[in-house]
Amino acid sequence: MIETRLGDFEETVMLIVGILGEKEAYAFRISKAFEQRTGRAISIGAVHSTLDRLETKGFVKSVLKQATSDRGERKKRIFRITALGRRVLKESMDFKVELWKSYPEFAGKFSITGLN
Amino acid sequence: MKKHSPIPPRLATYLLLSFLRDDFKEDVAGDLAENFEYDLRHSGVFHAKFNYWKQVILYLRPFAIRKPKNYASNPMIMYRSYMRSAIQNMVKNKMHAFINIAGLTIGISVGIIICLWIYDEVSYNTGYPYFERNGQVIQNVTNNGEVETVNVVPWVLGDEIRQNYGTDFKYISMASQAYPRVMAIDTMKFSRVGFYVEPDFLQMFNVMAIKGTLTFEPSSILISESTAKILFADVDPIGRSVTVDDASFEVTGVYKDFPEHSRFGDVGFVAPWSRYVVLAELEKIDDPWRPNSFGLYVTLDDKANFAKASLRIRDARLKKVNDQLAKKKPALFIHAMSDWRLRSEFVNGQMSGGSIQFVWMFGLIAAFVLLMACINFMNLSTARSEKRAKEVGIRKAVGSYRSQLITQFFSESILTTFLAMVFALLVVWLMLPLFNSLAGKNMVLPWSDPIVWGGVVGASVIIGVLAGSYPALYLSAIRPVGALKGVRSGHNASLPRRVLVVVQFTVSVLMIIGTSTVFLQIRHGKERPLGYNTDGLIFVPGATAEMHSHFDAVRKTLIDNGAIVEMASSVAPSIGMWGSSSRIDWNGKDPELSVDFAQFVGSYEYGKTIQWEVLNGRDFSRDFPSDTASVILNEAAAKYLMKEEVVGETIRSRGEPYTIIAVVRDVVFGDPYESVRPSMYYLSRESQYFLNFRLNPEKPAKESISLIEKEIKPYMTQQPFSYEFVDDSQSRKFGNEERVSTLASTFAGIAIFISCLGIFGLSSFVAEQRTKEIGVRKVLGANLPHLWILMSKDFVLLVAISCLLAAPVSWLVLRSWLEGYEYRVAIPWWIFVAASVGTLIITIATTSWQMLKTARVNPAATLKVE
Repeated sequence: MIETRLGDFEETVMLIVGILGEKEAYAFRISKAFEQRTGRAISIGAVHSTLDRLETKGFVKSVLKQATSDRGERKKRIFRITALGRRVLKESMDFKVELWKSYPEFAGKFSITGLN
Repeated sequence: MKKHSPIPPRLATYLLLSFLRDDFKEDVAGDLAENFEYDLRHSGVFHAKFNYWKQVILYLRPFAIRKPKNYASNPMIMYRSYMRSAIQNMVKNKMHAFINIAGLTIGISVGIIICLWIYDEVSYNTGYPYFERNGQVIQNVTNNGEVETVNVVPWVLGDEIRQNYGTDFKYISMASQAYPRVMAIDTMKFSRVGFYVEPDFLQMFNVMAIKGTLTFEPSSILISESTAKILFADVDPIGRSVTVDDASFEVTGVYKDFPEHSRFGDVGFVAPWSRYVVLAELEKIDDPWRPNSFGLYVTLDDKANFAKASLRIRDARLKKVNDQLAKKKPALFIHAMSDWRLRSEFVNGQMSGGSIQFVWMFGLIAAFVLLMACINFMNLSTARSEKRAKEVGIRKAVGSYRSQLITQFFSESILTTFLAMVFALLVVWLMLPLFNSLAGKNMVLPWSDPIVWGGVVGASVIIGVLAGSYPALYLSAIRPVGALKGVRSGHNASLPRRVLVVVQFTVSVLMIIGTSTVFLQIRHGKERPLGYNTDGLIFVPGATAEMHSHFDAVRKTLIDNGAIVEMASSVAPSIGMWGSSSRIDWNGKDPELSVDFAQFVGSYEYGKTIQWEVLNGRDFSRDFPSDTASVILNEAAAKYLMKEEVVGETIRSRGEPYTIIAVVRDVVFGDPYESVRPSMYYLSRESQYFLNFRLNPEKPAKESISLIEKEIKPYMTQQPFSYEFVDDSQSRKFGNEERVSTLASTFAGIAIFISCLGIFGLSSFVAEQRTKEIGVRKVLGANLPHLWILMSKDFVLLVAISCLLAAPVSWLVLRSWLEGYEYRVAIPWWIFVAASVGTLIITIATTSWQMLKTARVNPAATLKVE
């Protein structure tokens, strides 16, 4: 069995980091994007805490940049997925696809488009 | 131009930055600000602010919180260094260390002793499994418009409750009064406390058999283990017969003694109620619902509660009594076992207190005394701050953090407290026997209880932190630059110190005034004119019919040989009441008036023996054979008749007419602080239990008593001869008040002592600080008295403020306390002056010693230092 070392919420947050890209991936934006996509409210602190954990695991990296006026000229902590992070994401997806494929009811009838 | 837009709540931001990791500060604050702007645009100011707060609070996560800095690589070494510097500081300032430790030791000792005392009071009666569910049925009766609470009920009430109100109760038991009775086996006689109860009582109060069974046949008796030991020593008591009050019983069981620390602690035997009903001929009472003489104990059913059950049984007696008694509106209710001790007093039918008041009072005293010791510690530490400011400055300059300094000061104060705690335990151990004799208790330090040790350690830390908090926070905040330059903190720095001194002395003066007033009130009660003469008046219980038949001969012999001046027999001693009756009637009595008259019965010379004062009319006399149908009233009773001349009137008691032959001055027989109840004195020629003797003042009392013993002994063989002086019994009525006032004044003395210790320390500091100033002043020509006034006036001012604060507060408190007594002393104005002046004198005396020492030093010596 493959150990993904990645929780469900962590995975979602990482994916959103990837989606938002170099300019937008900081805690406030990520939490807003999460809320928009899932419809669930989440505190910035909760997102930040997950990001901090991911950073310790080495899946993301953060840098401070881009102070803007709407935040009192304070810098943003922009997160970026590392190579290791990308690999873990991929492994996680592969593992799940593998599981889906061996699900007898769906075996063969179920295709995941655009991913393999 | 953009309008000034709302900004995130400042307090929330401040809070956020206070706990946030340094490297997160910028971006997190930025994110939250951006979020605030976003909310502002989308949902309004209120929501934005609310959400900002929420976000800040939700940032309280381990990852985001600043880690405490790891200052030292080896904390043990650091703590050892703190301890060492604490000890060094103590050694260097021996006197202040002594004042601190001594003050705290006294404070903590008082605290421990009072905690023991409170525990002792609160744990009274708790040693029964049904402690929470047991209660006693008692009643409020309205007499002369006043509600009085009595804890005795008619004997038939038990069955009535059982039959008609039984659903609320698990167990119900009547009980006779528990008092010492003569128990006899063969020819040996013992006096043991005991009473008669119903079988339910055994379950209610968890009576456990050690030997035999707890069967309750009418002729069986259960004796306690300790009674068994006294009566039978090592012989098996089961099946042996004993006589109690001349009735014979068979011992069927030995039970484990009741918990000593409880109402039944001294009960040495219990016998069946059914037997008592026969022995006391209860069924012959003409109106069984009238006399109240018995206890009724109940255990609540699991579903019932005291309030509801009380309400249900309230009118159980009212429904049964005759019309005359119904006017008294007897209302039954249940006095819960948990209140028996702590809330045992009733005013106007409402629970008004009991020993709970003393629990509160002593608790407060303990808190105050401890607080005073802590204040001393704080004051001395801050006063010393100017000396230690340099130390703090240097420590800070070489890189000490403020938190390290705080830890250092706290470890000093906790070390001091621990030392004080050790001494205090020693002091308590030594003083406990003395305190026990003062308080009339039997307390021990529970050394083996781990909770106590936990408490001791916990209390040391808490007191240490409390006492050390002010100096720790105050001293550690000193700015190093200023401290090293020697900039003196201004006048404001000593303000908290002054406030604390005022607090200390206010409390001390309060306590002095309070305890002196208690003393005055007790003296007032003791000096109350009793209406008769207690000097050389003795009473002897246990007069027999045989004695009575030789009464006149004995009287003559004793008077002739000069042992006594007069003697009389009576149903009760002059300090007690025989009974009271409400079936009193006279011509013109208001039919709505319901009044109880206390009843006294005595022989012809009763009045002459106790030497009461006849105000009007004549005393009973052998010259008037009709005097058995005469009665003497006291002033209070005469007032009820509302007639100008009561002598010669007829008054009916229980239907029998009596002629009033005299009015006497009120004889105080009951509570020395209450007004005297209306009383009636009857003459009886029959045998009565007590003999009263007025000893001959010309003869030594011992001699007279032995003559009395010699004369009456032949006729009173059943009991050993015993006697009591009436003034002894009278002064015993003050026991409780005296005990409390002795304790309270001891504590007040301690409080004053601690306060003085404090200002002694402070004044020595001030003197030391001003050494140079004094030197300069002396050089410029100031003389000793001038310097003395200069230095003392600060303290005197503070103490004067305290006196001014304490006077009105104590007046209010004492006035409400004294309202509890009908016969009370007026608070004299001089007590405030005396307390204030006394305190001022003590203050001046304590502060002057150091001041004068400083003032007398040759200025040449002080000015050349440095």
